Amino acid sequence: MNSSNWFRPVAASSISGEYDAFFWALVVVCGIVAVGIAIALLYFAIHYRRRSENQLPPQIKVNVPAEVTWIVLPFLFFMGMFGYGAKLYLDIERPPENAVELYVVGKQWMWKIQHPEGAREINELHVPVGQSIRLNMTSQDVIHSFFIPAFRVKQDVLPDRFTTIWFRATKAGQYHLFCAEYCGTKHSGMIGTVYAMDPHDYQGWVDRGAAEGSLSSTGEKMFHQFGCANCHHFDGHGRGPNLQRLYGQTVRISGGGSVIADDTYIRESILDPRAKIVEGFTDLMPTFKGQISEEQIIQLIAYIRAIGPQPVTGASPWIVQPGTTAISGTEPENR
Amino acid sequence: MIGAVEVKSPRSYLDSREGILSWLLTTDHKRIGLLYVFSITAYFLVGGFFALLMRLELLTPTTDLVSPETYNKLFSMHGIIMVWFFLIPSIPTTLGNFLIPMMIGAKDVAFPKLNLLSWYLFNLGGLVTLYALIRGGVDTGWTFYTPFSTSYSTTYVVAAALGIFIAGFGSIITGLNFIATIHRMRAPGMTWFRLPIFIWSHYATSLIFVLATPILAITLLMIGFERVLRVGIFDPALGGDPVLFQHMFWFYSHPAVYIMVLPGMAVISELVPAFSRKPIFGYKAVAYSSLGIAAIGFLVWGHHMFVAGQSIYSAMVFSILSYLVAVPSAIKVFNWTATLYKGSVSWETPMLYAIGFIGLFTIGGMTGLFLAALGIDVHVTDTYFVIAHFHYIMVGGTVMAYLGGVHYWWPKISGKMYPEALAKLSALTVFLGFNLTFFPQFILGYLGMPRRYAAYPEEFQVLNVLSTAGASILGVGYILPLIYLIWSWKYGKPAGPNPWRATGLEWKTPSPPPQHNFETTPVVNCDAYDYEAMKEELELV
Repeated sequence: MNSSNWFRPVAASSISGEYDAFFWALVVVCGIVAVGIAIALLYFAIHYRRRSENQLPPQIKVNVPAEVTWIVLPFLFFMGMFGYGAKLYLDIERPPENAVELYVVGKQWMWKIQHPEGAREINELHVPVGQSIRLNMTSQDVIHSFFIPAFRVKQDVLPDRFTTIWFRATKAGQYHLFCAEYCGTKHSGMIGTVYAMDPHDYQGWVDRGAAEGSLSSTGEKMFHQFGCANCHHFDGHGRGPNLQRLYGQTVRISGGGSVIADDTYIRESILDPRAKIVEGFTDLMPTFKGQISEEQIIQLIAYIRAIGPQPVTGASPWIVQPGTTAISGTEPENR
Repeated sequence: MIGAVEVKSPRSYLDSREGILSWLLTTDHKRIGLLYVFSITAYFLVGGFFALLMRLELLTPTTDLVSPETYNKLFSMHGIIMVWFFLIPSIPTTLGNFLIPMMIGAKDVAFPKLNLLSWYLFNLGGLVTLYALIRGGVDTGWTFYTPFSTSYSTTYVVAAALGIFIAGFGSIITGLNFIATIHRMRAPGMTWFRLPIFIWSHYATSLIFVLATPILAITLLMIGFERVLRVGIFDPALGGDPVLFQHMFWFYSHPAVYIMVLPGMAVISELVPAFSRKPIFGYKAVAYSSLGIAAIGFLVWGHHMFVAGQSIYSAMVFSILSYLVAVPSAIKVFNWTATLYKGSVSWETPMLYAIGFIGLFTIGGMTGLFLAALGIDVHVTDTYFVIAHFHYIMVGGTVMAYLGGVHYWWPKISGKMYPEALAKLSALTVFLGFNLTFFPQFILGYLGMPRRYAAYPEEFQVLNVLSTAGASILGVGYILPLIYLIWSWKYGKPAGPNPWRATGLEWKTPSPPPQHNFETTPVVNCDAYDYEAMKEELELV
């Protein structure tokens, strides 16, 4: 484990330098003001100490220019902090286009991670240095929070929806992964290790883990295993909507309105199919609530993404594209 | 103005009636204030004991003193008891109850019987929560986050929540009582802008009591409905939304932060003028800043949820509003400091606490600015940085102010002086112990140690050991006043009506005051802290 020094945690992501610079700028500026106030207090308290028991000092009630000064100056200073804090927040929150997407499921008390190539890990996360990684995260039970101090990122992981976090590791090493939202008895045991690896080493690690097949090919197996293919034909003649070239598209739903077919919508449609029925279809699909795990849902989503219109994330060496080896020749036959 | 104050009145509020029932059935605001002192001291000792056990457990990285289950219950019960059964009632129900009628020249609060009822509700709530504790405790944290609290925890969540629910009615009644009292019971000549700042701040606090506490009550009821009746409100498995709970909880609990700190500011705004012998600098700015804090304080709850999954745009709105609410707090700090300028500053114990408060509150407030900065918050939220931040406000702020206020008004409450040298020593002990306990936690948080961890990686141990060492010093600093104040109740030197030569109406009546506070209703003809107008009476030159 790379260790931090006394007053600075390990800095190992594209954001950590910017974060620390702002943090320490605040420490210096706020420190100067705080020390200034402390000195003024002590100086006044000593210099103007009571010299005789009956002393009546000059009765100063207010000084308007001084009052205005220490209303306006802090306000301007605060607005500056707000602005820079917001800029940093956008940098932290908005993933770049070319980020590789991994899936994370939090549960009491472990982190389960699935790579698009098929590798799965628990309480460990292997990532290549220099590549932006985006994690799509959901929880199987209570609220957790995914926190990598060395990367200066944190995001709560909620049941019933996906939240995302992204980072780009800049330094190879091993870093803490913590759960930062109290989640029950073994909350402090819900910790893991992030392995930021040289890209070449990482490729080797991926290849070793890909034996089971990619996430989307596992998803394809699930697609048949759960009987999805019985209704969701790829010729448009099935009882359910055609899921080919669906991912990321806007879907009109019956009763008016539309929805973007993203991870959250697909997940909802599996667990609660009646919630938003696609226009022109009837309420036929049974719920899979209780029969399917969060990991299997993620595999199905990965499959639907893979048969989607175009690669959603830009050219990335680790995303399995539709039509490449993992997918080719596996289109479900129409029944 | 008021004659014969040198002679101790034979019928002070303490000995006008005798027997335990004369206390348990009293409607005298001063006696009710003392009943509250008794209750909150007991809760403080219980909550403090839990803190001590937590700090001992955290001496080592592994869980060796207590199990993780027990540790989780310790921090949950520490938070629940300290927030709802010590900090929230601390200053308003003790010093506020005792002083508000006297400061405005009234005989009592507007609704004396309701005042007594509030004490009973508070203690009934406390007993229900203690029942939860004795039966096996609760492990949800004081924040009761869903769906953990409603569907996963196997501990006594409903009993703990019910206790808080009941005690909340005590808060609402106290707030209502203070608002009515301040509006309707002021002595002739006591206009709004002649009120001591103590009253302004308690008025602002009371508004929050009345407006925010019902939201907490509703939220806790919903927890009960979901947990017992399985009505889906917060748990997604039942069709609910877990983040909705966070919105509702913080919509109360952020204003509740100001319930805890505004009365502390109220006390400091009395101590600083009294020990500088000057009017508070910029009276109106300080008075209005209390109302400003109360108003804007209702609009910043989302800053607890910057990484909880809300939209980045609502996060920005909450961030900017959080900076706005910092402005009135900054105004107060600068005005307190300016009050000392060219003053006649004396270094008695209450002033030591006041100076300590200003310093610690400044650090607490400034680290709040860090947390309001969106990007900075991401890394340090839910770590020990947040723990340190709010303990600087709640303990470095509110508890220091409470102790300072108790020392300042002790002569009025008991009629006796506390031992000054020992009190100064304990004030210094509290200040040093506090900083040693909580300053290392800022560093721990920045280094990445999450809060609510029973076990932690080894590299965090040194700072945790420092923190535990500080906590034991802090404990000594808190026990000392408990001992010497009780001692001085019997053996202290008689105080006289106005030992500090201060200006408030409470100092124009004997110590301890008679049952109805004043022999005759006072007439007010000068501003608060007007030493110039009172210089003959106070024998100042």
